Amino acid sequence: MINHLIIAPLLIPLIVGIVLLFLRHNVKTQKVISVLSLTAMLVATVLLLFSVLEHGVQTYQLGGWQPPFGIVLVADSLAVLLVLFTAIVALACLLFSIRGLDQERKAYFFYPLLQFLITGVVGAFLTGDIFNLFVFFEVLLMSSYALIVLGGEKGQLRESLKYVLVNVISSALFVTGVAYLYSVTGTLNMADLSNRIAEIGQPGLVTVIALLFLVVFGMKAAIFPLYFWLPGSYSAPPPVISALFAGLLTKVGIYAIIRIFTIIFYHHPDITHQILGGLAAITMIVGVIGAVAYQNLQKILVYNVVAGVGYIIFGLSSFNEPGLFGGIFYLVHDMLIKAALFLLVGAIIVITRTPKMNEASGLIKHYPLLGWAFLAAALSLAGVPPFSGFFGKLMLIQGGFYAEQYWTVGILLLSSLLVLYSVMKIFFSVILGEEKLPTLKERPNIKGLLYPSIILLFLSFIMGMGAEWVYPYVADATTTLLNPDIYIEAVLKE
Amino acid sequence: MEIIISIVVGILFTVGTYLILSKNMTRIIIGTGVLSHGVHLLLLTMGGLKKGAAPLLGQEAPFYTDPLPQALILTAIVISFGVTSFFLVLAYRTYKVHGTDDMEKLRGIDHD
Repeated sequence: MINHLIIAPLLIPLIVGIVLLFLRHNVKTQKVISVLSLTAMLVATVLLLFSVLEHGVQTYQLGGWQPPFGIVLVADSLAVLLVLFTAIVALACLLFSIRGLDQERKAYFFYPLLQFLITGVVGAFLTGDIFNLFVFFEVLLMSSYALIVLGGEKGQLRESLKYVLVNVISSALFVTGVAYLYSVTGTLNMADLSNRIAEIGQPGLVTVIALLFLVVFGMKAAIFPLYFWLPGSYSAPPPVISALFAGLLTKVGIYAIIRIFTIIFYHHPDITHQILGGLAAITMIVGVIGAVAYQNLQKILVYNVVAGVGYIIFGLSSFNEPGLFGGIFYLVHDMLIKAALFLLVGAIIVITRTPKMNEASGLIKHYPLLGWAFLAAALSLAGVPPFSGFFGKLMLIQGGFYAEQYWTVGILLLSSLLVLYSVMKIFFSVILGEEKLPTLKERPNIKGLLYPSIILLFLSFIMGMGAEWVYPYVADATTTLLNPDIYIEAVLKE
Repeated sequence: MEIIISIVVGILFTVGTYLILSKNMTRIIIGTGVLSHGVHLLLLTMGGLKKGAAPLLGQEAPFYTDPLPQALILTAIVISFGVTSFFLVLAYRTYKVHGTDDMEKLRGIDHD
């Protein structure tokens, strides 16, 4: 029996995005349709998640062609979990944008672009074909190019030029990698690729291709030597768009790295995973150095995104059960909390009218809810127990100990401390302190801007308190990653 | 045959890289164009350059060339075409707003 639910999270945003293109002048209708469609997508994904946990990995053959000849969508726990959190983050950003984005940007196709971005992200999570992954990467990149430059301010134009250039080059390298892989194996389907590479035992040539893919996805995910484009690009657009990017885009790159290094190129962990571990450690270091160095709210968060990438890649590099479990748990937690932090900073910027930290302070007197929400988000980011960040990091550390990567574990702990310092620096100087706000006729009302991030924080709290509810899904995802045969059998059955 | 094309691809990659590292915006975009040509040619070469009929069943030939890389290239071409046209408009707009096409003058450190 074919489970048509698998394609629902992909089709809903695609069709809605096309419909919204025709409703350009009617922003109100666009909002209503967007909220409804994302809610529908969320419901469909939850149902899909239950069915994946019950019946195992499910596949959807597009056009009825048997893999490896056709394109196949694969819904395993990891992909569906990520689709679910994509829907949650996108919904929160959408709710924020209703009040938090200027009318002009909304009238120039913000909502359709958001839907196309989600289409690309969800497609990249669900696909089981390496060239199809490239196409979905391009779908999400094209929408992100348009979103990053939407509004056309000076800074945005300057930064998006670099963003587009970097991604054009990494896409060219992606196609190069696909070309090499095709000439070695003669197939594009991930499960079939895995089989054929297992047959030839991953010779040196294939390891070189694996590292080329690491460069490609590392550029999307912003791991150490390839993160240089991210700080500028992510602090240029308005906060709600940065929140979308920080919550979704780098995560797609991380997901692709996790996928190819657990399903396809897993035969020589002594080379590939060693390199991943080293890069992860340096990524954590440069991330926190940037986070501590800057006095600009958006820049601080942007460098925290880089540090977060380092933690997740570290989980992959330890390549054992607790490490991967921690990596996946931290990945979904990171999607929630990065989006929440960017949205909170967006609300702060609405009040203070500047992203600079030393120009305003004492927000807590008039905006107590904002202040405490920010504190909660900061603690969750650093990994303080009642919130979700703790559990993920705990497992990451355990995985690191099992893999005997003591140095990297030390770096992880130290960088967590500095992450905490970097966000508490914002809390103490902007939220607390003497009241110093720009003089305005009336204080901006931010009621509508706060509840999306509070929803995200509440979910993070639930994930931390009720980790045993999340546990079976993440554990199932980990099992599939560690046993590629489950994935291959599900795709190539019959 | 594959060797010759591989060398040509190498030259295209070199030229593309050189152009992308220059300061002028238009040269950079030409560089990305050259780079994507190299990539598409590589995709065709890596599929194998064996002799055979064009992949049309009406030809009724004993051997056909591999149709898959051709489909991949077609997809990659339209994607890079779309991205390049967006990139050109973006560069034009940046030139209009900033009044320069020199990447050295477009450094982003003014607001920190």
